[in-house]
Amino acid sequence: MSADAATSRINLSAWLQISPLMAVLGLFLVLPIATIVMVSFWGFNEFAFYPDFTFDNYAYLLTANVTYQTYLKTLKYVVLAWVFTAAIGFTVAYFLAFHVRSLTWQIALFLLCTIPFWTSNIIRMISWIPFLGRNGLANNTLISLGLIDRPLEFLLFSDFAVILAFVHLYSLFMVVPIFNTMMRIDRSLIEAARDQGASGYQVLTQVILPLSKPGLMIGSIFVVTLVMGDFITVRFMSGSQSASVGRIIQNEIALLQYPAAAASAVVLLLTVLIMIAVMMRLVDIRKEL
Amino acid sequence: MGETRSCSFYVLAAFFALFVLFLYGPIITIGILSFQGPNGGLTFPMNGWSFHWFFDLFEQQAVGDFWGSFSRSLVLGLTVMVLTLVISVMAGLAFRKPFRGATFVFYLTITSLIIPSILISLGVGLIFNIVGLDVHWSTSGLGAQLTWTLPFGLLIMFAVFNRFDRSYEEAARDQGASNWQTIRHVVLPIIAPSLIGIALFGFTLSYDEFARTLLTSGSYNTLPLEIFGMTTNVTTPVLYALGTLTTAFSLSIILVFLGVAWWMRRRQSRFGSDAGKGLV
Repeated sequence: MSADAATSRINLSAWLQISPLMAVLGLFLVLPIATIVMVSFWGFNEFAFYPDFTFDNYAYLLTANVTYQTYLKTLKYVVLAWVFTAAIGFTVAYFLAFHVRSLTWQIALFLLCTIPFWTSNIIRMISWIPFLGRNGLANNTLISLGLIDRPLEFLLFSDFAVILAFVHLYSLFMVVPIFNTMMRIDRSLIEAARDQGASGYQVLTQVILPLSKPGLMIGSIFVVTLVMGDFITVRFMSGSQSASVGRIIQNEIALLQYPAAAASAVVLLLTVLIMIAVMMRLVDIRKEL
Repeated sequence: MGETRSCSFYVLAAFFALFVLFLYGPIITIGILSFQGPNGGLTFPMNGWSFHWFFDLFEQQAVGDFWGSFSRSLVLGLTVMVLTLVISVMAGLAFRKPFRGATFVFYLTITSLIIPSILISLGVGLIFNIVGLDVHWSTSGLGAQLTWTLPFGLLIMFAVFNRFDRSYEEAARDQGASNWQTIRHVVLPIIAPSLIGIALFGFTLSYDEFARTLLTSGSYNTLPLEIFGMTTNVTTPVLYALGTLTTAFSLSIILVFLGVAWWMRRRQSRFGSDAGKGLV
């Protein structure tokens, strides 16, 4: 058999094996995105939307002040959520990878951190009500400690609650990839640094932190994209008082203004893609698995 | 090792403990509050203890269609689980060969993972609308959920095959096994514990999926959609009772899967290799 024939046989069998995946992604990922792009140029009135080729949806979106305010607000959520999840994720992963010494304990504690990921996000949001509510645990504790006289109103249904929920839901997306990267760091590098007289702090900042960067980047991609497109956490935790890019799209959908929603979705997608492209320059995902 | 623990160990251990408390504290709180007495509210103090709110859950008119949405989520979750497992394993096998377009397929799968969920919801909804089909949880909902579970399945397969020792396969081939026999009798049994992991992701991610199912499930809600609907109009601890029940269900599923994976790994390490145990 010639080399060409062998190569094409490999290609054929690989594409047969990949075909169910491609069918799902083609029908439910590529086609929907193409449809959104197409519909973003359509027109609409109060009753229906119809084929057209108009830039009105984009013109309206890109000239409205509220668009820029909402993007700024959403970016604020992204930055705050990223700072907290990255700091918490790095610290937790560092503890698990370098301070827990037996593999069994590492796995057990790691699983303890991942189990909530497999439970419902909605319920995890609801579960903050008894803590943050007007008569919740946080307010009652602060009052009984004499730190405040009246309940703090900003705890539930506020930006504070939104960020708290993001950190609660998404810290895990940082812990897992950073831990994964840290476990592959060659321990002899740390020994070498110690032998050369590096302090524990120097080892952390000059050896472990740079080598953990790929994991940190993967986690960041997760957190940034999840927060950028979020509509449900912002809606629930702000008590419908705060806006986000995702919520604008959801509102337009609720009003059946599909072409407007599609245009907003295209702009959101482009924004997210640019952010990811910047982050991807810093790391090769496939090497990290 | 025997070195004494440094001071930083205790600081970090305390931080870790706080993190775990942060993760689990709220859900434990609603677990406790779901046993509120009949006159109890959404926050502490406890106004007596009872199963009142759990019983309330089973009266359909009180809280909507709990059983219906639960059984839909269960069926959908199992379907997604099986499909995710089969499709991921097939795709994982393909990626072991250098085939044309591999990089494209890889990035397409990553796109599926990190694309904002509302785009899937909106796009799939639009397609069905334009074509004139009704969205339904078992068609559009199923497809939308697979765009979320398949990337996890494929990433796990990558991790598995990156660590896979090919000499087992070569040994099987040397003994005259066909391609299919090698996969069926050598590769699949070796990676079986990881397949449990994919199944776990497939089921739980589907069972709890919200954002991609929102516009694609049609007039019959899945459980997360039903629960979210309740948050806007239910102001009694029945919400907590529902949260407690379904979290308990999720936790028992997770424990079963993890238990099975652990048992399989132990079995492998006990029977899998007799290296070093022979008579030299």
